Amino acid sequence: MARQIGEVILDLKGISLSFGGVKALTDISFDVREHEVRAIIGPNGAGKSSMLNVINGVYHPQQGEIIFRGHHLRDMNTHAAAAAGIARTFQNIALFKGMSVLDNLMTGRNLKMKTNFLQQALWWGPARREELANRLKVEEVIDFLEIEHIRKTPVGRLPYGLQKRVELGRALAAEPAILLLDEPMAGMNVEEKQDMCRFILDVNDQFGTTIVLIEHDMGVVMDISDRVVVLDYGKKIGDGTPDEVRQNPEVIEAYLGTQH
Amino acid sequence: MTASMSGGVPDSADTFPRLLLGHARARGARPAIREKDLGIWQSWTWAEAAREVRGMACGLAELGFKRGDRLAIIGDNRPRLYWAMCAAQMLGGIPVPMYQDAVAQEMIFVLQDAGIHIAIVEDQEQVDKLLEVKDQCPGLQHIIYDEPRGLRHYTQPFLHGLDEVLAAGKIHDQNHEDFLDEQIAQGRPEDVAIMLYTSGTTGKPKGVCQTHAALIAAAQGGCGFDKLDADEEILSYLPMAWVGDNLFSYAQALYAGFTVNCPESGDTVMTDLREIGPTYYFAPPRVFENLLTQVMIRMEDAGTIKRGLFHYFMAVAKRCGADILDGKPVNGKDRVLYALGNLLVYAPLRNVLGMSRIRVAYTAGAAIGPDLFRFYRSIGINLKQLYGQTETCAYVCLQPDHQIKFDSVGLPAPGVEIKIADNGEILVKGPMLLKEYYQRPDATAESINAEGYFMTGDAGFLDADGHLKIIDRAKDVGKLNGGAMFAPNYIENKLKFFSYIKEAVAFGNGRDEVCAFLNIDMGAVGNWAERRGIAYAGYTDLAGKPEVYQLIEECVSQVNAELAKDAMVADTQIHRFLILHKELDPDDDELTRTRKVRRGFIGEKYAVLIDALYGGKASQFIETEVKFEDGRKGKVAADLEIRNVRTFPTVQGRAA
Repeated sequence: MARQIGEVILDLKGISLSFGGVKALTDISFDVREHEVRAIIGPNGAGKSSMLNVINGVYHPQQGEIIFRGHHLRDMNTHAAAAAGIARTFQNIALFKGMSVLDNLMTGRNLKMKTNFLQQALWWGPARREELANRLKVEEVIDFLEIEHIRKTPVGRLPYGLQKRVELGRALAAEPAILLLDEPMAGMNVEEKQDMCRFILDVNDQFGTTIVLIEHDMGVVMDISDRVVVLDYGKKIGDGTPDEVRQNPEVIEAYLGTQH
Repeated sequence: MTASMSGGVPDSADTFPRLLLGHARARGARPAIREKDLGIWQSWTWAEAAREVRGMACGLAELGFKRGDRLAIIGDNRPRLYWAMCAAQMLGGIPVPMYQDAVAQEMIFVLQDAGIHIAIVEDQEQVDKLLEVKDQCPGLQHIIYDEPRGLRHYTQPFLHGLDEVLAAGKIHDQNHEDFLDEQIAQGRPEDVAIMLYTSGTTGKPKGVCQTHAALIAAAQGGCGFDKLDADEEILSYLPMAWVGDNLFSYAQALYAGFTVNCPESGDTVMTDLREIGPTYYFAPPRVFENLLTQVMIRMEDAGTIKRGLFHYFMAVAKRCGADILDGKPVNGKDRVLYALGNLLVYAPLRNVLGMSRIRVAYTAGAAIGPDLFRFYRSIGINLKQLYGQTETCAYVCLQPDHQIKFDSVGLPAPGVEIKIADNGEILVKGPMLLKEYYQRPDATAESINAEGYFMTGDAGFLDADGHLKIIDRAKDVGKLNGGAMFAPNYIENKLKFFSYIKEAVAFGNGRDEVCAFLNIDMGAVGNWAERRGIAYAGYTDLAGKPEVYQLIEECVSQVNAELAKDAMVADTQIHRFLILHKELDPDDDELTRTRKVRRGFIGEKYAVLIDALYGGKASQFIETEVKFEDGRKGKVAADLEIRNVRTFPTVQGRAA
């Protein structure tokens, strides 16, 4: 592999998050290195999605510290996260169902648009050039994800597997430094999963995008991740390469149960 | 005289490279080829195309490609792959386009047989396939890829990006212009221009060697016949390895100088078709069938008013549309109704199909259902049939405008001579015949008789007007034990004319009666089931539903009723059938890459089912291995029901 795993880009230290009396995350620390594929796994309700939500600022942890590119932060906020190059997809697809694939992807370019509303409404001068440049980028994403044939199709009419791909496309259109994927392969058949794996690895390989993903399918996780962090009941029970995690007795217990 | 000039290019242009350079001079600024890339149609003029081809030729020469060498070309229809064909020809080499959807193992034979040293392929997928079999093809020295995506980490020294080869070649061409000019000057019309492998319905594929002269003769004949000129637009989406694409998108395009358009991807063909609006179009019957099925499915889901209008005007079109297109007399009321229908239904429909501008559309490769054929003609699309083989440059018979008979393939094309042998086999002679099968003098001798006729292997006859009618493959025509002639294709085609039936295999040779395997059409039957609220999990499940069996049984008994009307085939009515648990697939060797049924193979593979059909069983369990696209294997198992079908007494009494 020519891909070089770099320095720590995102470091989470002692993150605790609770909703009232429910402790979603308890004192969790792990880091993400530049250009790596980092997986978060764990049984249902382990706190995986909460963890992603902390990273891109949807949830604000009560304790802990986030160090992103050397900046120490108490917590993230969604706008700052997006502006800093963190893009994500959601467990249950969050696309604009009535809009075409192309328009959905264009919304991913929103942050890159500098011209004001009036200029865009008139579609004049810089606004026009900007739209063309953004459209080119979106077309590259369409080409990359092989979704040319549905460019003009309203997203709501697409099968689930393709919607997932479009959602990945929208995140990619933002040219993110870190891509957060929340169960990108949930509900897919084997072939769709294979395609998605290939796209994730290609993104990582070609653009050097750092990827943090949550996934249930253990086979997939072990195949494509560089390092895996394992959560259970809001606590970290394992962290390391797929092989290390596989051997970890606590992980085996959480996943397979033990005989008492 | 138009025959002596091909779109302003003089007669001395007797090879494809000379034709290309001729067009670059005569119409250098006109578009030669387009491709949709990143959502935008990119075009290259004839002058630009010529420059690219020259560069590619020099690049190939630098890699050691020489006169007489074969160049494998594998990929979807892309400008640079078409140029690669011409580049090889400039150097006196022979392009060998291969089916891009073949799995790696299938490619070994052609790579070895053609003695390939250099292959130009589209992308990572094809590179991976070649790498997989490279050990078994020691001759393969260089692999050149067009699309670098995903190939960044491939470090093999024998892998080259086409961009680099092209860049090096262009520099070479600038410095030594006379090198390539000399190579082009050495080319002769009787040189082999291309090698196309037969689909191998039986036995190993054979490399058909076609010369520049043969292809140009076929192109010239076809262009003259349909008055095709430099203003045509064609969408090239059929496999480059198939002779039809070679004739239409390469030979005719280079002869007449018209524009070739390459779709964005295999999945976007429908959209691209609408955007380009070709004037000249070719598709095998199954494409026309799929289009019609889609239209019908959408119409069934449309509102009452639209549906009513559609059905009313389709009835009008059925009554008089084809006659109006043929210029036959039609009464005034129907003419008015047809004009109204054209405004409300036919023109919008043609537009949706991307066929608004079509002057000539052809279909070939398999029999087209009469209803299907009439549908397109009745809405004003000049759809015609042609007949030909790889060995004859797909150029034997063409249907002339205004003389369309749906059950014939038309008149012998200009320059083609047809003779019917005593056993009914069609024999043809003309300038478009193959030079030989590559390194197979035995096969060449077998297929061309002493008088120079090519033996097509098809059985047929010429009718009173001189139109050729095809019955079946000569070797497939068998006999029932009762002595009646059994033409399986004829029966299968009748079955396949129903949109619900996708594939059919009829058995009967040396048996007492006819039985058949069927595949349902997932799209059509799936939609039918959905509208009836029948839930299903996939092909195997849907195919086994009693309701579906009932539906298919009705289709089969209609076929029987039709067969009963014709004394020749009345005895070959279908007595029993079953619906297969999996779709017949080229990946499982059940169909050829051109989707023809491999009868013998299927007979062996499913022998247990045939025994069950003839043993009078009510059902039979079967488990079959299937190959997935990535080469993995899986199993499909099911208990297949066997249905008896109603047969009909022969309508006409036979002379007893």
